[in-house]
Amino acid sequence: MKTNSNRSGYDGIVVTSPVSIPYERYSPEPAQWWFGRALSALGISSGLGPADIDGLCASSFSLAPDTAVGLTQHFGLTPRWLDHIPTGGAAGVMALRRAARAVQSGDAGIVACIAADTNQVDSFRTMLGSFSRFSQDAVLPYGAGGPNGSFALMTREYMRAYGIGREEFGKLCVAQRHNALHYPHALMKTPLGLQQYLEARKIADPLTLYDCVMPCAGAEAYLVMQENVAADLGLPFARLLSTIERHNAYPDDPVQLRGGWAMDADELWGMAGVKPAEVDLLQTYDDYPVIIAMQFEDLGFCEKGASAEFIRHHTFTFDGSFPHNTSGGQLSAGQAGAAGGFLGMVEAIRQLTGAAGSNAVAKPRLAAVSGFGMINFDRGLCSGAAILAGDSA
Amino acid sequence: MTQAHRSPPQKKPQEAALAPELPPFTRSRKGIAFTTAAAEGRFSLQKCAACGQVCYPPREACPKCWCPDLPWTNMPAGGKLLTESTLRTSFNAYFQKRTPWRIGTIQLDAGPVALAHIHGDVAARARVRMIARTDKSGQGVLMALPEQETPNMADDQQLQTLTCDPASRRVLITDGCTETSQAIARAVAAAGAAAIFAGIAENSQPCPGREALEGLPGLVFVPLDLGNPQSAAELAARIGDQVDILINTAALVRPAAGMGRENVASARDEMEINYFGLLRLIQAFGPAMRLRGREGEKGACAWVNLFSVYALSNSRVHGTAAASQAAAHSLSQCLRAEMAGSGVKVVNVLLGPLDDAWHRQLPPPKVTPGQLAGAVVTALQEGIEDLALGPVAEDLVRRFRQDPMALHRELAQIQQS
Repeated sequence: MKTNSNRSGYDGIVVTSPVSIPYERYSPEPAQWWFGRALSALGISSGLGPADIDGLCASSFSLAPDTAVGLTQHFGLTPRWLDHIPTGGAAGVMALRRAARAVQSGDAGIVACIAADTNQVDSFRTMLGSFSRFSQDAVLPYGAGGPNGSFALMTREYMRAYGIGREEFGKLCVAQRHNALHYPHALMKTPLGLQQYLEARKIADPLTLYDCVMPCAGAEAYLVMQENVAADLGLPFARLLSTIERHNAYPDDPVQLRGGWAMDADELWGMAGVKPAEVDLLQTYDDYPVIIAMQFEDLGFCEKGASAEFIRHHTFTFDGSFPHNTSGGQLSAGQAGAAGGFLGMVEAIRQLTGAAGSNAVAKPRLAAVSGFGMINFDRGLCSGAAILAGDSA
Repeated sequence: MTQAHRSPPQKKPQEAALAPELPPFTRSRKGIAFTTAAAEGRFSLQKCAACGQVCYPPREACPKCWCPDLPWTNMPAGGKLLTESTLRTSFNAYFQKRTPWRIGTIQLDAGPVALAHIHGDVAARARVRMIARTDKSGQGVLMALPEQETPNMADDQQLQTLTCDPASRRVLITDGCTETSQAIARAVAAAGAAAIFAGIAENSQPCPGREALEGLPGLVFVPLDLGNPQSAAELAARIGDQVDILINTAALVRPAAGMGRENVASARDEMEINYFGLLRLIQAFGPAMRLRGREGEKGACAWVNLFSVYALSNSRVHGTAAASQAAAHSLSQCLRAEMAGSGVKVVNVLLGPLDDAWHRQLPPPKVTPGQLAGAVVTALQEGIEDLALGPVAEDLVRRFRQDPMALHRELAQIQQS
């Protein structure tokens, strides 16, 4: 597959106003309520109102019977650019890519990117039943383990192929819990130790309880605009340096051991003009720890198959070496549906704009954000990544 | 190694009955084509007519060349277990009650990878033999079995959700007085049935072979006359809650076409047994079996109907009998719809001419009682729902599938002799 060496850069495109609506395990409110809270928080954060937003990109699994267009009338928006990307864990990067090009071309001036999902008592189970046609025909009838089953199969093969062990996966989960304890909105409020991780209840061998995310309700949002607009509004911002996106990469691999990043990582770093070692913090999509290891490798932070050694080498805490998933990731903050795909993006913008709280990384300049999503059949189809730089970088 | 499971499946009254839950049953239209083959015990996948790519999961066009013509094609059964998991929890209540549940990813010799149920005796990363069968929701699924037979292999708990093994089950054979029925009774007994009820009409038609059959372990003769409006209901009142497998062997065949008789008496007799008899059985035994099918592995599991293959398309040699068989075959489709979701499989066996007194005027090949008995027991042990038995039936079913209207014409044209 060809890479595109003629891509335009993202000169002058910035992201601002990172907003997270505190997650709830279960919410009686519909997704529209969470979109409303996100818009309200964006307004407070930016000083902007409905008349100022002329682009909207929405991501949600539980918005039915609405689509993004219903949100415009509901919340008094009259945008000239609209997008709806129900692509879960890759949605944060994908929304940014689309919004950035819209702003760059002048199709929109200020784009609000919002992901929101509710979680009612039975909604996760119901959602699984209608997730995809391939899942309906060829996954659910086999024990209906949901993503736990799919990732268990992938995890076992990854462990066998690359010699990574439960201790390494556990170390990532434990580090994220440490980060979450310093992030006020994380749902997990108690410390997690490695022994506790290793001895946890079995869910789908080899996965145990702390390998799995807790579905919840929540919303995440940010704004995309030109740098001069942000400056005029007095909004702290981060610059967009580069992005990649890929779907259904390596379709003939019998079991997924790599994602689309492996096809496009060179372009990601080349376009940004930086190297993996220069990155101050990384936000990966972490619905299960095996996917974190895959991203470390496929994005080039270590060699393919060398993540075990890489994990042993770093602490992954916001206050240690190689800060990673600094708000706890989905494993400790919770998985708020499509908002889970925005969690890392919004956290990276917070860190780069000096908006992080007690989990702030010391003077970060460069952040990498990665997304992964949509187990359509036996593997995650969507992958994407972006490199962001702080204002002073 | 699989634990032998041969004790009588008595349900303890104090034990909570399994809730009427089912495995997920929603499928795409193409997914239902997979089920159709699985019901016959065939492992069939789409193969691109243009480039030969084998596709799974079911698709609407080839992912390699976009050709939309993807005929379902029987596939080699081999494969290799690449990776696996044992689910300790499920989002589906049916599976949740049955955890731990083993699943795995299979590299099929046919080409694609597939998720499948995994037999307990399959070793990690071993070669496997794939089967496609219908599950308790009546939809097709794949299961990976050990490549070689293992001890007590049929007793694997996951495999048993797909099969209706007569072992330890109680079986009703509706007519105990024909050579065919008696062969089935012997085969079911040899397969380990816990009890066999063999129907006998009280109006004392001769019942040759009765004494020999009475020596079979677990066999009792019970009064049942499908021509009698009350008989099935009376028997169901006695044993309706004990029948795990019902095999309807009662049939009446008279050599008659439309012309050549002065009244409809023999045709009415055929309808009385072949069609109304089945309807009486359904009315009498259907509701309890449907209810007991939901009790999971300890409940009712199969209803077997035997039809002449001419139920699909009439042949004038037994023209009136074939018409009654067509009516009964249609009723069996109704029964299958009524049993849907109960876990009771409706097994339809389409037969070529039997090797008995009523089919003497037909040339060979014919189906012997022993062949029929063996095929019925094998279908139950393997969980197959649709089968054609004997060269004549296989041939007619193949032609029926190719073009039903052409088959009707072929059977209606002037017979050379």
